Amino acid sequence: MNEVLKALSDLPGISGHEGPVRQFISKHIADHVDDIWVDVLGNLVAVKEGFSDPGYKVLLDAHMDEVGFVITSVERDGTCKFATVGGLDERMLPGKVVAIGSDAISGVIGLKPIHLTKGRERKRKVKLSSLRIDIGAKNRSDAEKHVQPGDPVVFAGSYYESGPIAWGKAMDNRAGCAALVALLAGEPFPFTILASFSVQEEVGLRGAQVVARSVQPDLALILEATPAYDLPTDRDVSPNVVLGQGACLYVMDGGTISDPRLVQHITNLAHDHKIPYQVRQPGGGRTNAAAIQRSAAPLPAATIAVPVRYTHSPTSMMSLVDYGHLIALTEAILRSPDHNSFSG
Amino acid sequence: MEELIRRLTEAFGPSGFEEPVRETVKAAIGDAADEMRVDAMGNLIASKYGDGSGRKVMVAAHMDEIGVISTHVTEAGFLRFTGIGGLRLQTLLGARVRFAGGQLGVVYCERLPTRMTLHPLERHYIDVGAANREDCPVSVGTPGIFERSFLREGQRYIGKSMDDRVGCAVAVAALRQLNETPHDVHFVFSVQEEVGARGALAAANMLGVDVGIAIDVTLTGDTLKGPHMAVRLGQGPAIKVKDAGMIAHRGLVRLMRRRAEEMKIAYQLEVLEGGSTDARSVQIAGAGAAAGCISIPCRYVHSQSETVHAADVDQARELLVDLLSKPLDL
Repeated sequence: MNEVLKALSDLPGISGHEGPVRQFISKHIADHVDDIWVDVLGNLVAVKEGFSDPGYKVLLDAHMDEVGFVITSVERDGTCKFATVGGLDERMLPGKVVAIGSDAISGVIGLKPIHLTKGRERKRKVKLSSLRIDIGAKNRSDAEKHVQPGDPVVFAGSYYESGPIAWGKAMDNRAGCAALVALLAGEPFPFTILASFSVQEEVGLRGAQVVARSVQPDLALILEATPAYDLPTDRDVSPNVVLGQGACLYVMDGGTISDPRLVQHITNLAHDHKIPYQVRQPGGGRTNAAAIQRSAAPLPAATIAVPVRYTHSPTSMMSLVDYGHLIALTEAILRSPDHNSFSG
Repeated sequence: MEELIRRLTEAFGPSGFEEPVRETVKAAIGDAADEMRVDAMGNLIASKYGDGSGRKVMVAAHMDEIGVISTHVTEAGFLRFTGIGGLRLQTLLGARVRFAGGQLGVVYCERLPTRMTLHPLERHYIDVGAANREDCPVSVGTPGIFERSFLREGQRYIGKSMDDRVGCAVAVAALRQLNETPHDVHFVFSVQEEVGARGALAAANMLGVDVGIAIDVTLTGDTLKGPHMAVRLGQGPAIKVKDAGMIAHRGLVRLMRRRAEEMKIAYQLEVLEGGSTDARSVQIAGAGAAAGCISIPCRYVHSQSETVHAADVDQARELLVDLLSKPLDL
């Protein structure tokens, strides 16, 4: 069992409420870095000095926040209205168990049972505005003993492993966080590593742009979890990355065109070290690369990711073999001295 | 100018992969700049320094063009793809594509139910003549452009990437012509405009300028049931008042108009309802800048036959040179 991954996936941390995740990471990396601080937005930044070329600074970013909900009001009947935080498909929500606030109060996003519904009602899409979180309270005053408007809510779901597959509620992006924790625990690298465990990615890449401006790196690598949609379809159209086929390299998404020289460098390294990788299907989605690449002076940036099925749901599924390849590929990049070819 | 526009529009350079265009621009600038550098994103910054009495100015013309990028190779060896920048479906069928590396292909789509409809992009494909997946010479993640040669017909220049290679040509010509300037002028040949003016944003963040002037194309309202716009081809460069991403600095607009009137250059005022330019990025980068745009009227933008008028191009250059040669009193 990967205990760090388990702990990170299970901890609550929607955008803006990343405290528990930050504390855990901070404790785990403190002995392996030369400097560590939390900025005013809550980004955790650590410095690991390079041994041969410390002036060259590589930013490694992994966002700490996960998608979830926030309580907006407690109703007279004791149920709670809520809003989503980050991108969530409302069709996926009914029937899911959630944990509210720092005491992890259990609730369920209720839906009328099938016994009480009729044919046409079952075909109708359930609107987000009609959904409530039910904590089993008798009425508003009973509910307010446990829950207040503004309380953060996460999916309840505990991490487990079965063979090479890991399940967890927040692989996006605790997998990236765990990989970065693992990399920092190793021997120093030739370059100086600026590790950024950033906040508020899921609501618009907000934390990372501040980090990039304040530390001004020379190069940035973003460690992520990217959606795999590799189940069989009836037409031969653009399948996404495949679980178990290696780390995913971004060439282009909705927010960033990765530096082509950096992409070439990374693919060369993957071939040399025989690390399986796949090109993440160019198209939509955004990562912190978009914010980091150009919020200060321009810099070469690319995202590498582990493929994850059912991301932004209570149960995302990941291959630990892919996770290992993500770490190996990042390690290979950080140990390769050839950075001048893409530095400007 | 015509020869430079030909070379630039025929060069390969979708967003993020602008290197061949950058080399063409570099060669055209030659030794005309006081300093020339390429930043980490690939923006080419050619600077001309004044005597210290003027302002810090960024002139932006983007090198990138719209294009395609392969997303999947089917079992039968066809490429699925997505757009780089704003592809228009109605320009795709039968279009020729040239991929990085030189491979050519033809765009088509799955069988259409009627002749009046178009499929969404994901049901289009590029045929590179492969027999099957293993035989396909193009891998996933390879960028490509539309293959189309430059044409001159009367006073019109027609080509695939007038947006914004004609702007690059104007900026290069202005830079070469600019003898004395009180300003520190940074000519930024920017990357990744078509995907959201990204290169200019980073460059402007780094440079920290007072004034930003983009040179880009704009739509015209003079075609059959075309866009509702007062801009016409061949009636002079357009001084942008507003587009979907930027309201131009009023003082800068006033100054551009006054200078054009003094030089007896015909000009038009532009209000563009959709789209924006690098000027938007310069305006809001760093601590902000007074931003505006000299637009070159262009028919059929984002098709393979973007059409501009030689007189508009020349006058845009004249206006830009005049602006940069004298004090910028905003």
